[in-house]
Amino acid sequence: MSYEFLQTLWFILIAILWIGFFFLEGFDFGVGMLLPFLGKKDEERRAIINTIGPTWDGNEVWLLTAGGATFAAFPHWYATMFSGFYLALFLLLVGLILRGISFEYRSKDREPRWRHRFDWMIAIGSFMASLLLGAAFANLARGVPINADMMYTGNLFTLLNPYGLIGGLTTVVVFLLHGANFLGLKLEGEMRERVIAFSKKLYFTAMIVTTLLLVTTYIYTDIRTKLGINPGITPIASYVALLVTIYFINRKLEGWAFIMTSLHIVLTQVTFFTLMFPRVMISSLNPAWSLTIYNASSSQYTLTVMSIVALIFVPIVLAYQGWTYYMFRKRISTDKKTLVY
Amino acid sequence: MDPITLSRWQFGLTTVYHFLFVPLTLGLGWFVAYMQTRYYQTRDEDYRKMAKFWGKLFLINFAIGVVTGIVQEFQFGMNWSEYSRYVGDIFGAPLAIEALLAFFLESTFLGVWIFGEGRVPEKVHLASIWLVAIGSNLSALWILLANGWMQHPVGYVINEATGRAELVDFFALITNPKGWLFFWHTIAAGLATASFLILGVSAYHIVRKQNLKIFKASFQMAAIVGLISSTLVFLGGHTNGQYMFETQPMKFSAIEAHWETSAPAAFSILTIGDLTGKQEVWSLRTDAFGIHGVLSFLACNNFECEVKGVNQLQAEYEALYGPGDYIPLMVVTYWTFRFMMTVGLIMMLVSFLFLLALRKPIENAKWMKWVPWVIALPYIANTSGWILTEMGRQPWIVQGLLKVQDAVSPNLTTLDLLISLIGYTAIYGALAGAMFYLMKKYAVAGPDAAMHESVDVAPSFAGADD
Repeated sequence: MSYEFLQTLWFILIAILWIGFFFLEGFDFGVGMLLPFLGKKDEERRAIINTIGPTWDGNEVWLLTAGGATFAAFPHWYATMFSGFYLALFLLLVGLILRGISFEYRSKDREPRWRHRFDWMIAIGSFMASLLLGAAFANLARGVPINADMMYTGNLFTLLNPYGLIGGLTTVVVFLLHGANFLGLKLEGEMRERVIAFSKKLYFTAMIVTTLLLVTTYIYTDIRTKLGINPGITPIASYVALLVTIYFINRKLEGWAFIMTSLHIVLTQVTFFTLMFPRVMISSLNPAWSLTIYNASSSQYTLTVMSIVALIFVPIVLAYQGWTYYMFRKRISTDKKTLVY
Repeated sequence: MDPITLSRWQFGLTTVYHFLFVPLTLGLGWFVAYMQTRYYQTRDEDYRKMAKFWGKLFLINFAIGVVTGIVQEFQFGMNWSEYSRYVGDIFGAPLAIEALLAFFLESTFLGVWIFGEGRVPEKVHLASIWLVAIGSNLSALWILLANGWMQHPVGYVINEATGRAELVDFFALITNPKGWLFFWHTIAAGLATASFLILGVSAYHIVRKQNLKIFKASFQMAAIVGLISSTLVFLGGHTNGQYMFETQPMKFSAIEAHWETSAPAAFSILTIGDLTGKQEVWSLRTDAFGIHGVLSFLACNNFECEVKGVNQLQAEYEALYGPGDYIPLMVVTYWTFRFMMTVGLIMMLVSFLFLLALRKPIENAKWMKWVPWVIALPYIANTSGWILTEMGRQPWIVQGLLKVQDAVSPNLTTLDLLISLIGYTAIYGALAGAMFYLMKKYAVAGPDAAMHESVDVAPSFAGADD
């Protein structure tokens, strides 16, 4: 396999890991943010957590694997991005820590205040993670100050530009809708009605911020020169998928609504990676200083070894992770007798 | 405080903290899997209770290991970007493989284990706890192969064109004896940590005559595994020391405050240095008692061989790598080794004595009420061991290839580091508090609470202040 082929392959693999992560943790984060708002009683909150209980941790590993794969395949990308986005990633880690520990600890004490506190930590942690990931990806698309030595020369506030914030906000809102659709699919009875009512209200906000993101993408990124005024089928399909979601929500077809927000997230990510390729980090200072799959990658030998490993193990992981979703496919009731704590 | 110093403190603190929780995860998973298997085979309700009870403690501990582990993976890029650039071609591979092979396995099947009882077939539920144990131990293997490479780099070349170390032999990387010795040492230490937790908690209940059958069975199981595993830790440590003598002679000699080359070489019983750590003030060594060559024996299994002194090695390294200070902080290497070894020996002895004591009804023994304190022993040894391993490699981040000072992210400011260091400290402190509270609560409450807590809901949640 040629070097260039391997570099492209690993760009695609890492893109798939991120896409999978946004799709899976997208609803996990959404569910987490909705927890204190949609669950009023303890068993309702527990039921909400249990919709993602068996799977959220496995979903988060998509992020860890994306990080590890980036380290192995594109060390310069990993080094520049992780050191450059230092404080943003620190806050992301804080969010993930708060969230992760709370899922496990919130029910381990009967004291209502204890549970209440951990429920809010789940919500806040999920919100922080969604906002920061969205802002980080918007900034990657926009370009960040990187000098000739592949070093990031900005700071946290460089990332807090209007486009970055719109990216963060859109991610939060879309994840909320995605999470609500997932909950609609997994809960039953009165809880399900509550979720659907919420989705309806949220839908218009989601359309507004997504449209805003779409418009500003034409202003702040090089989408016009890269993809053209007509950006092609992927981003259009992504937008349409979100647009038609309301049709399914109104008809209580949560399965289809969930598929539509999933498509929206996946296709938005595909658009993002198409826009980036073959760059992995765009320098706003000088296009020649951008990191690309060619100047940021590992050696041909390492890429070959890692390709073999991925070829063997990725299908296995996908199989058993998919199997767990099948195993836990049933709707969750708020009946105390059946709730797992 | 400059960013390098703060980055080192942050990495040190977060890593030591992370490794407070990891060994218990590594060891206790096997115990729970075994107990649940016994229940599956015998249908003895006591085994079910044991699996539930120790499983609860396993979960409380596991959660912190997971969330602090994410920080570890991110830190290489965040704080050590130049390191990541220089060695990413090699070091990134085991890390990515760890995520793909181990993290997915343990986290996916942990979910199945927690939520699957009664929902998935019993065999699958049983298999899932085994897969969790296998997954977490596999994760240890890959990260230790990565760390082993930092101690003893193999299978690489320096590519002049790209200015970095590049992998040329993957097989050498995954068969690096250093990594496998660490694995042996660490897995056994994990089992020992779990054994001593079980011994301590069981003793607490045995003294109070609560659930005697369950806790005496647990105590016996843990005493056996504790003796075997702490012996294996010790043997692994000894083998590891000999390999260190070959591959990292400076670390070896710094552990012993062995300043001048000698053959045979004596083992230090007590050495006091001055405040710079570079000068010996007073020392008592084994040869003062007419026993010669103890250190030689530790180094190469014979009482005659030459052990190079720190001073000679410093001169050699200066000739090889240029001027600089190549001596690790000796007060740390010297004392962490002695803590680790002394505590390790005590653990072997104590678990042996417990086994002997089990021939009589231990619930009446007066000393049993002190036994819960043994829980602390493995934590002292584990922490000392890692501080020794990592600080003994200084000034190198990768032995002989890259120094720590050249590995740090150049863009970070003191303010960045202060924010993150204070932030981690605060959050980790709070986590430790919550974890300790829950561990103690469940450990004291006993198996019945672990069985029934699951359906126990807070009485009146509706009035919560949201």
